[in-house]
Amino acid sequence: MMRLVFVFTLLMLAAGPAQAGEMVPFPTIPKAIGNADVHAGVDIRRNHMKQLLHQRDETMYKGLSTDNERLQGCLTCHAVRGEDGHAVSYQDPKHFCRVCHDYVAVRVDCFECHASTPDTDLAAGGQQ
Amino acid sequence: MSNCPTSTSRRKFLNAASVLGAGIVVAPGITLHGISPARAGSTAVSSKIRWGLLVDASKCTPDCSACVTACKTEHNLQGHDRAATDPQWIRKVDLRDRKSGRTSSLPVMCQHCDEPPCVDVCPTGASFKRADGIVLVDKHICIGCRYCMMACPYKARSFVHEVTINQKSYSPRGKGTVESCTFCVHRIDVGRQPACVEACHKDGNGAMTFGDLKDPESDISKKLVAHGGSRIRGDLGLDPGVRYQGV
Repeated sequence: MMRLVFVFTLLMLAAGPAQAGEMVPFPTIPKAIGNADVHAGVDIRRNHMKQLLHQRDETMYKGLSTDNERLQGCLTCHAVRGEDGHAVSYQDPKHFCRVCHDYVAVRVDCFECHASTPDTDLAAGGQQ
Repeated sequence: MSNCPTSTSRRKFLNAASVLGAGIVVAPGITLHGISPARAGSTAVSSKIRWGLLVDASKCTPDCSACVTACKTEHNLQGHDRAATDPQWIRKVDLRDRKSGRTSSLPVMCQHCDEPPCVDVCPTGASFKRADGIVLVDKHICIGCRYCMMACPYKARSFVHEVTINQKSYSPRGKGTVESCTFCVHRIDVGRQPACVEACHKDGNGAMTFGDLKDPESDISKKLVAHGGSRIRGDLGLDPGVRYQGV
C-alpha cells in the first residue's frame, strides 16, 4: 500500500512541473505612445468595455465623439508595428487588443466591422 | 470695449470673413452653401436641423454615375460581381414616361423618411432615426433579420452577405448586418457635404443640393420654395428627406 502511495506521489511530482510549463505565458502588454492623460479618472484595464459601450451609444445616437473617445483614438496610440513598420491588424496576434484577449480567451467581434488599424500614424510623425 | 476703438471694425471683419468661409468651393465657379457649422462631435445632434437632399433630375443624365462611384469609394463597398447580393447604397434609375416618351435619370438612395417604415418594423431597435433626421442602422444590435429591407418601399437597404475587409474607420460594416446610405453622417458631423453630392458637383452635372430643410435660408429650402420638389411615393405619407425636381 505504501509503495502505491509512493508511486502516486512520484507521478504527481513528475506531472506538476510539466503542467506549469504548458501554462499560457503572461501577456507582454505593448507600450503605447501619445498622451496617457486621456485616461485620467478611468480605470481602463477594468472598465474599458463599459467605456466603449457607453461611447458607442453616445456616438451612434447623439453624434458625440471627440478624437480621444473614438476607437480610432485608442488605435492611434496603442497600435503595434509589424516587421514592415506598419500597424498590425486584428488578424495579427500582436495587435494590442488581442494580446490580452487571447490570454483570457475572450473573443471580441469589434473588428468584424471596425477598422483595427489607425488612420493616423503617430510613430511616423503624423498628427493626431 | 470703450478703450479699444478697433474692436468694432475687427468684429465686422471677422463676421465678413466667417460669411465668406461659410461657402465651400468645390470647383471653380461652384460654391456650396447651406451647411451648418461643424459640431465636431462635442455637442449632441439636435432636432432643430433636418438634413435633406434635393435632386434636380433635369440636370442628371443617364450616362453619369459619379454619385454611385463616389459612394462606393467613400464607404469601400466591395462587390463580388453578384448584382443580386452586392451592397448598393445608391443606384441610378432611368425613367420613361409611356405616353410622352420623355426620359429622365435620377439617383435613388435611402430617402431618410420622417416616418421610416424600417424603424417601425425593426424587432431589436437597430433601425433608428437620429434627431437630425438621418435614418441609420445600429449594427451593434442588428441581428440581420432583413425585415427593414422588406418594409422599405425604396429598396434602399442592403444586407452584407460576405466578410468585409479594409473597412474605412468612419464607416464600419460587417457580415450579417443590414446597411444603407448614412447621408455620409461622418462628413456631415464635421460640416462637409455627403460624398455623392460633392462628386455630383465635381465630376457630374451639379444636380444635387444638400442642406437643412428646417433652415429657410439654406440653399435647399430656397430651391424648394422657388421650384417645389416631389417625394417618391409621396402617397405613403413617409415624408422623405430626399426630394426630386423634374421627374
